[in-house]
Amino acid sequence: MEKTSLAPLLAAAIPALAAVLIYVTRERPNVREACSVAAAALQFLVVLSMVPPVLDGNTLHFTLSSFIPQVSIAFRADALGLLFAGAASFLWLLTTLYSIGYLRSLGERGQTRYYAAFAIALTATMGIAFSANLFTLYLFYEALTFITYPLVTHAQTGEAYAAGKRYLQYHLATSIAFLLPAIIVTFALADTFDFRPGGVFPAGTDSTGLVVAYVLFLLGATKAAIMPLHLWLPGAMVAPVPVSALLHAVAVVNAGVFLMLRVILDVFGVELMDELDLGIATAVFVSFTVVLATVYAYRLDSLKAVLAYSTISNLSLMILAVALLDHRAMTGGIMHLVNHSLAKITLFFCVGSILIATGKTKISELSGIGRQLPWTMGAFAVGALSIVGMPLTAGFVTKYYIAIGMIDAKHVPFLLVLFLSTLVSAGYYLRVLRAAFFDSSREPALALARAPDRPGEPGGESLNPAASGQDDPAPQAKDPRLLIIAPLVVTAALSLAIGVYPSFVLELVDEALP
Amino acid sequence: MTLRETFASDQIGFPILTALIVLPLVCAAVVAFLPDRRSARTAALGAALAELALAVVLLLAFTPGVSDIQFTERVTWMETVGAQYHVGVDGISVLFIPLTAFVTVLVILFSWNSPQFLSKPYFVAVLGLEAATIGVFASLDLVLFFLFWELMLVPSYFLINLWGGGPQRQHAGLKYVVYMLVGSAPMLIGIVLLGANYSDVRAGEDGPLFSFDFVTLLATPISPERQTVVFFLFAFAFAVKGPLVPFHTWMPTALLEGPIGMGMFLVGLKLGVYGFLRFTIPLLPDAAEQWSWLLAALGALAVVYAGLIALVQRNLRRLLAFAGTSHVGLALVGAFSLNVQGIQGALFVMVNAGLASAGLLLLAGFLHARTGSSDLSRYGGLARRAPLLGCFFLIVALAAIGLPGTSGFVGEFLVLLGAFRAHWALASVAVLGVVLSAAYLLTFYERAFLGPATRAATGTLPDLGAREAGTAAVISAVIFWVGLFPGAFLEITRGSVEALAEHVERGTPAQTSDDGYHSPPVGGRTQDSR
Repeated sequence: MEKTSLAPLLAAAIPALAAVLIYVTRERPNVREACSVAAAALQFLVVLSMVPPVLDGNTLHFTLSSFIPQVSIAFRADALGLLFAGAASFLWLLTTLYSIGYLRSLGERGQTRYYAAFAIALTATMGIAFSANLFTLYLFYEALTFITYPLVTHAQTGEAYAAGKRYLQYHLATSIAFLLPAIIVTFALADTFDFRPGGVFPAGTDSTGLVVAYVLFLLGATKAAIMPLHLWLPGAMVAPVPVSALLHAVAVVNAGVFLMLRVILDVFGVELMDELDLGIATAVFVSFTVVLATVYAYRLDSLKAVLAYSTISNLSLMILAVALLDHRAMTGGIMHLVNHSLAKITLFFCVGSILIATGKTKISELSGIGRQLPWTMGAFAVGALSIVGMPLTAGFVTKYYIAIGMIDAKHVPFLLVLFLSTLVSAGYYLRVLRAAFFDSSREPALALARAPDRPGEPGGESLNPAASGQDDPAPQAKDPRLLIIAPLVVTAALSLAIGVYPSFVLELVDEALP
Repeated sequence: MTLRETFASDQIGFPILTALIVLPLVCAAVVAFLPDRRSARTAALGAALAELALAVVLLLAFTPGVSDIQFTERVTWMETVGAQYHVGVDGISVLFIPLTAFVTVLVILFSWNSPQFLSKPYFVAVLGLEAATIGVFASLDLVLFFLFWELMLVPSYFLINLWGGGPQRQHAGLKYVVYMLVGSAPMLIGIVLLGANYSDVRAGEDGPLFSFDFVTLLATPISPERQTVVFFLFAFAFAVKGPLVPFHTWMPTALLEGPIGMGMFLVGLKLGVYGFLRFTIPLLPDAAEQWSWLLAALGALAVVYAGLIALVQRNLRRLLAFAGTSHVGLALVGAFSLNVQGIQGALFVMVNAGLASAGLLLLAGFLHARTGSSDLSRYGGLARRAPLLGCFFLIVALAAIGLPGTSGFVGEFLVLLGAFRAHWALASVAVLGVVLSAAYLLTFYERAFLGPATRAATGTLPDLGAREAGTAAVISAVIFWVGLFPGAFLEITRGSVEALAEHVERGTPAQTSDDGYHSPPVGGRTQDSR
């Protein structure tokens, strides 16, 4: 049943207001950070409040404005949107806490800009998650591209600007050249922009037009980093760790996958996808990304790069699972959206922790680090095993569902894809764990670096040298280590919790599928 | 199609359109006799602001959503020829009168402190140009339209010739005038042909021998063959004015050599597209439908071709000239999709031109005043020295690209909606052009504004002063207002656009002589022209 509710709008508006407050309190870092944290908590509560009615079978609506006749900016909270929004808002809370610890440890400049842009990025993410039609989704999708630009180029070095430029080029070009036409062709064929479970196209719509629209959507979903439009992602690694965590676990990449989910479920509909064989075609297409990305990651030494390519592989795995159009596979795919977010953000948090403690960024440098950073590497282990799909972790549940779904629907060749990617990813993740825990350290015991005495001089080499730019008082860190360790322990624990007791998430996923 | 007319005397009580045309002229005369330059500029600004206020009154008093022609005034002019002084506005033209007034205010504010433009004749010329342009937008008689169209050339010539910044300005001024005259000659022939057609059709009836009145001609049948001839004559003229590829070469020259103020008029007010929408399509519906593919193709070509050339420009003014050409192409693609969304999109692309394109040129003018050049070689890292300028430039550039939330998006989106329905292949080409506009504007912005400040010459770059920042802020505000709340503006245009789209579908009126049509007597006023 449809109900009108301000909640979706509220969830999107809270971070926007927070951004204003962040700017206003820019001279007082503690108050400023408190604004971020409070907004994140508030937003998460609003999202949580929407879960019970949606689980009951309702959808929550709110039309903001009729922009042009027949075209409106409207919100609609349903189970799928809630999954995305819930993960995003919860992880924003944790990322904010982590950011406080991280940025203060490194004495980063431009923190106001950072927190404000982060908040607005969450507004855009909520807008995407709760969009009721393609037009609204497109608006917030574009907004997300622009607002993450200052986050990607945070370091303000030549490398950062180059990465940011490529980032913008990829996203802007594809969204104007592919996504916008896709939306317009959809409107031309269906006379509406609205999402409708089961599809919007009337029976008898010209199939060439439909296929064209679908291909345009697939190409336009660059945020999902499907090869060959994936190169923006490794480049964006130049951003600070919490930003990479946001990009790769929370907002941007999930937005791309979410777009494809909406297109498959609520624009085309499972039946039409099946009729036109679009599901199989998509599955075959993304299979290449699943395997190639993970194989490529095997050879890399930089931790962040490995995680980037692992993300690329997993995103395509999500799309693969949903494209199989089998109920269980789709369940696995949607659940993977949530689980991958949790696990990947854990891994990125760990990378940041390692960086702050030791200044190291490469796998080859990690010998014996497990002894120095037991909590960090423990969480890393949980996250890695979840991505690989070890039983007791959330990743196992998703891969199990996907595998069963593949067998059920008699798409056995894709099992090979799943198996291969799991094997290879196990290879490189376990390699990290082996180096961390089982290699004897070849260096004298590293003293955990304290917070730097002067801003701009963290212990060891740093990925993000304090950049010149806006003057931003970098407060002295008072043992931020807790702020860094706590979030990653929480996310790791959640990965385990969902692995052991997945039904809460599964219930919501079930509601999301036809 | 028969259009109803509401007379100005009934609607608002005074001839507002004539006032809008005459006011700048009167003020220009006043300015010419003022003793010194400072009082001249104050008077000019006062005149422009008064004009803007009056234009806003016009907009507010306008009844939205109907296809009627409003604020009509009809006075006999040349009875034997059949030409009248007939002015009026409808949804298609009404937005452009406040837009012209707004651009004029911007031009005068820009010239406030510059020694180059602070001269009485300059303000006289600007005000004269404003009057002629508003005359063009308000005219509903083809002869009157042609008169104002040509009259615009007089102040334009002087503006480019005397106040242009470039070394080739005399040549540029002459080139501009010659192009426009040559371009408009076919239009004159077309107008005469339309009058002759009227004469043929109404032979033997009471009334004047010729008529060039828009409303009258709208109800006059014209054979498809004649339509095609007149269509191409008009199309040539409006293509040169537009400018459309391949007649566009006058534009970069004019923008480079002429003064910024003139450039803002050229780039901000798309008179060529207006001509298509106001006269060509409604008066020649069958030809418009038959040849829509050609004009849309030319538009799509312009979008991509001009976009590609803009991509390699290192001179900001030349880049903006090509960007302007690209937008004309986009508007044309929308206009010749001949459906409601496409035409509304075209109108909004034109409105956005007055805001974003003219705005960019204004900011280019600020840059030129500070660095002495429009060339990229003198720019680099400007945002560090002049953050306000960088910020406003980005906002206006994003509007030119069509970022959602800005006025540019409304037009672009509607054009694409309409165009995909009518000719999807050309629409796809047009989409490429939109991508290109993002590419060339953002690339230029990055090279000019971002990164480390490059040259010592930019070391003493002052940021925007209060007046300049205020001007830029007002432009940005209007950009966001139209972009976020386009509903009111869309409603204003809706009635006329719907009527136009319907009319094109139906085609030229039937040739029957007993369709109950009576041509209105030309002398004096009538209550209603049915």
